[in-house]
This record gives sequence, C-alpha cells and structure tokens, in this order.
Amino acid sequence: MNRQLFSLLARKFILLVLSLYCVATLTFVLMHAIPGDPFMQEQAVPPEILKSMYRHYGMDDPMIVQYGRYLKNLLTWDLGPSFNYEGRTVNGIIAEGFPVSLALGCEALFLAIGSGLLLGSLSAAFRSGWQDHLAVVVSAIGISLPNFLIATLLQFFLAMKLALLPIARWESFAHTILPALAIAALPTAFIARLTRSSMIEVLQQDFILTARAKGLHMRQVIFRHVLRNALLPVVTYLGPLTASVITGSFVIEKIFAIPGLGHWFVSSVSGRDYTVILGVTVFYSMFLMTCVFFVDVIYCLIDPRIRLAGGRSRK
Amino acid sequence: MNLSPELLLPLKTREQIPQEDAVAGISYWKESFRRLRANRLALLGIALLGFLSLLAIFGPMLSSYTHYDMHLPLKNSPPSAQFIFGTDELGRDMFTRTCCGARISLFVGITAALLDLLIGVTVGSLAGCIGGKFDETVMRSVDIIYSIPHLLVVIMLMVIMGPGIITIIIALTFTGWIGMARIVRGQILQLKQLDFIRAAEALGASRTRILLRHLIPNAMGPILATMTLTIPTAIFAEAFLSFLGLGVQAPAASWGSMASTGIYAMRFYPWRLFVPATFISLTMLCFNLVGDGIRDAFDPRLRT
Repeated sequence: MNRQLFSLLARKFILLVLSLYCVATLTFVLMHAIPGDPFMQEQAVPPEILKSMYRHYGMDDPMIVQYGRYLKNLLTWDLGPSFNYEGRTVNGIIAEGFPVSLALGCEALFLAIGSGLLLGSLSAAFRSGWQDHLAVVVSAIGISLPNFLIATLLQFFLAMKLALLPIARWESFAHTILPALAIAALPTAFIARLTRSSMIEVLQQDFILTARAKGLHMRQVIFRHVLRNALLPVVTYLGPLTASVITGSFVIEKIFAIPGLGHWFVSSVSGRDYTVILGVTVFYSMFLMTCVFFVDVIYCLIDPRIRLAGGRSRK
Repeated sequence: MNLSPELLLPLKTREQIPQEDAVAGISYWKESFRRLRANRLALLGIALLGFLSLLAIFGPMLSSYTHYDMHLPLKNSPPSAQFIFGTDELGRDMFTRTCCGARISLFVGITAALLDLLIGVTVGSLAGCIGGKFDETVMRSVDIIYSIPHLLVVIMLMVIMGPGIITIIIALTFTGWIGMARIVRGQILQLKQLDFIRAAEALGASRTRILLRHLIPNAMGPILATMTLTIPTAIFAEAFLSFLGLGVQAPAASWGSMASTGIYAMRFYPWRLFVPATFISLTMLCFNLVGDGIRDAFDPRLRT
C-alpha cells in the first residue's frame, strides 16, 4: 500500500470520526431544543417529586456536564431508557430489533445488487432488445412507485389472490421474500440504470474494440473487460444503497408487521418516544457512516486510477 | 499538385478571408432545447406535469365539494358520477382531496428545489470561485453533513419542529442543498480551466462578472437536471413523512397521508389507496423523465 493511499484513507477516517461526533452533538442539541421535558404531564406533578426525578436522571446538572455525560454514555454505548415502554432501554430495543432488520436488509441488498446488475448489464449488452425494454420498465416501476404501494400490491396479488407466500409476520424464509422484494425495488432500479449507463460508456471505448479485433468472443469481452470497469460507479452507490434499504425498511416493516428496528422506530416516532428516536437515529447514523467508510475504502482499493496514481482521481 | 498563380497572391480585403465562424451558428441553449424537444418521453412528462398543475390550481375551484366537508352517510362510496374518485372513510370527496394533495406535493417539491438551488448554487459557486482555504473548509463541512443520513435527520427535525408543510420544506432543505452545492462546485472547477475564462480574465472582466455571466450559465444544464430530479425526491419524502404521520395534519390532505389511511382499507375500498398512489407514481415518473431528458439534452458529450 503506498503512502498517498494511506493518507487518503486516514483522511477519510478522520472525516468519519468528525461526522460521528457531529451527529452525536446534533442529537444532543435537538434533544434539548424540544420544549418541555419528559415529566410534563397533564396532571400537575408535585414539585418535590419533579425535583427528585430531575436529580435521578441528572437533569439538574449544568448543560455542559450533561453533554459530557451524554458523550461518555455514547462511548460506552448506553443510550438510556425508553420513555414509553417502562423498564425497557434503548440498547435493549436495538439488540432486539436490529438482528431482524439486518437479516431483512441483507436479503434486500443481495436481491437489489444481483437483479440490478443482471438487468443493467443485459440491457447494455442487448441494447434495444427485449432485455433493454424490460430493464426500462422495471426501473421505471422501481423509481416511480412508492415502496408502500409495491408492498401492498405484492401482498394483495401474491399473498392474498394467489396465496403463494405469507402475507405478513416474521417466521420462516417464505415470510422474508415479499418484504425483501418491496425494499429492493427502488435500489434495483437505480443499480440497473447505473450499470446500464456505465457499461454503455465502457463499451464505446477503444480497448473494447481492440479486444473484439483480437477475436475475443463478446461474452469474454463483457466478463473480462466491460464489467470490471463498469462496476466502479456501482460500488460508489453501495453507501446510498444501504441508506435506502434502511429507510425503506421503516415503512415495509410496519406494513408486514415485522418486529425489526424500523418498526420500533416508526412506532416511537408516532408515540414521540424521544430517547428511542434519538438513540435509534444515532445508532443508524453510525452504522450507515461506518458502512459508507468501508465502501470508500473498498473503492480506493479497487479503483486503478486511485490505486496506481495514489492521489485523488479527480479534483 | 497544380497551384495556379492567383492562389499565391495575398488576400487584400476582409471579404476574401473565409469566415469559419459562420459554420458553428447554433448556440448551446438552442441545441439543448432542440434535443429536449426531440425527446418524446420528456415531452410527455412535461405535458402530464402541466395537466397536473392545472388540476392543482383549478381542481378545487371546479369541484362542488371541499376537501374537509364530510358526507357521513356516503362514506367509502366508490367512484361515481357524484364523486369521480369516490369518498374516504369520513365521506370526504377524494377528487378535491387529490387536487389539494397535488397542491401540497407540487408546492413542497418546487419550493424545496428552489431553496436547494439558491443555497446550493451560492455555496457551490463561492467555494469553486474563491478556492483555497475557504473551499477546503466549506467542502469538508459539506462532506460531514453529506455523510449524515438525510432522511434520519429529516425525521428527527420533523419530530422536534412538529409536523407541517413548512417544517417539511425546512427539513428537506437542511439536507438537500448539499448535492447541488457539490455539483455546482465541480462544474465551476472544470469550467475555470477552460480557455474562454482565461480570455475573459485577460479582457479584464471582474470575478463577479465571470461568475455570473460565464460560469453559472455554462453550468446551467447539470443545475437544471439536478433541480428537476430534486423535486420528485422531495415529493417522495413528503409522502413518506405523511405516511409516518409526520407530514401535513388533518383536515389538510396530501397524497402521502391519503395513501397511509387508504392502505388499511385496500381490500374493501381499493380506490382510497390507488387514487393517491397513482398520482404519486405518475408525478414521480414524469419528473424523472423530464429530469433525465434535461440531463441528456444538456450533456455536451451527447451532442451530435
């Protein structure tokens, strides 16, 4: 690994740490910008009780002390109790919901990457063939239909009318197919479009002509030369893709009654359960930013322009 | 080769010098519009969006109902001559509500896009023009904001500021201008290298003049395309937030809030979901078609 590449990665890492700090601070500021406090109720609470509650939760300390404690809690990964569910902590909710969301997200991710790449490369290889038209229709559907509509349509036709798959809940693999499809629709469309346009660009370059002139079969040219070069822009999309899968899962988990973190998040949003909202936001932000960081690292490692030049590819 | 002697004589008058300039007559803008007009899908998108805007402006006036009047005995009635799109769970006219939803969606989309444009172009062009330390500082902060997941920030802001259209717009702008700023800065950095900017500098044009007369107009293609593609994102976000119950509040109607109540009635009263869902989908499709059309039309690499 050369030095410039190392310094590029180091800079990205510093940016990651700075961004994480900003998110943490932003959530703290927003949490304290909310008018009122968690103990405000319709019935007046005796001031003595309020006072001891404030003391118990450390809310009578000066702001800066609270901020320091908040950062310390974040570092030791303690996100505090839930307001709405007595006796439950945000940590516990994340530990319970996240594995489900992660499983669903990974399935949707693989589905989106696999079918998106397949559609996009087929449509670029057979331009204006039926594969191309299919890809255009699929990406138009993915981009223009909101995911809650796709989910409902899937439930209605595949689960209710044809009774092929279960409608909702989270029990077996069959239960995961419809929600994963609904989440994957939008990213599939994006990946297909991205792959198509970048493959078409690569196909027009001179070295493809050279490879063809040497007598290589089109299939070999595509697998050996085109795909390798055309995949680079798709790798950059992996970060936003993760974000899209996570936000997609909010609605989809609600519609399919899946006990994942997205479901918890949505019900805490409608129930104004501030600690859960903020805790889950911090958690998701950190998760996403770490993912994006690793995508960047992968991109730096595989992009020949960065790997060989050692600097930024374009300024 | 056979050279006749008169070809070797010096050209005396200006008229005799061949004028090469006369060949390249079509301007960038004219050429771009010509290509946009040739794009049938984009034209279809523009036409549908025009129709939608008319519906949004005049629909509620033409309708004999309001979006909040309830006709409880007629609740959940299917589309008929009396109610073209049927009624909802409180017997409110779906057609009028859809038109009001169009108003809200278009208003949110266009306002958010314009605000993004204003902030993004200002920040991006200043960073690109001034360069140096200023550019470095601004772009690093932009990188940080960019890496924070947008929709999460928007949801958090909505939870704290309370639901409503204005808060949706503020929350969307809070994260939305960044993409625009990055694109404008990239464009300006590229354009700054070109010879005509050198020429303008050599002729003594001020930096403001170069920015306003040369750099920004030449970056207009990507700016317009980004803006057109921001609108559907904003509309989508509004529908998403309304779906989560963070959007516009009753009795106001938005497509997202109509769909979110309609989804539970899908089996028995399907029009309550499909009317708003069709409108969301069509609008998204149109804006995407138009945005792609603009992007292709202004892309210099695709010029023929």
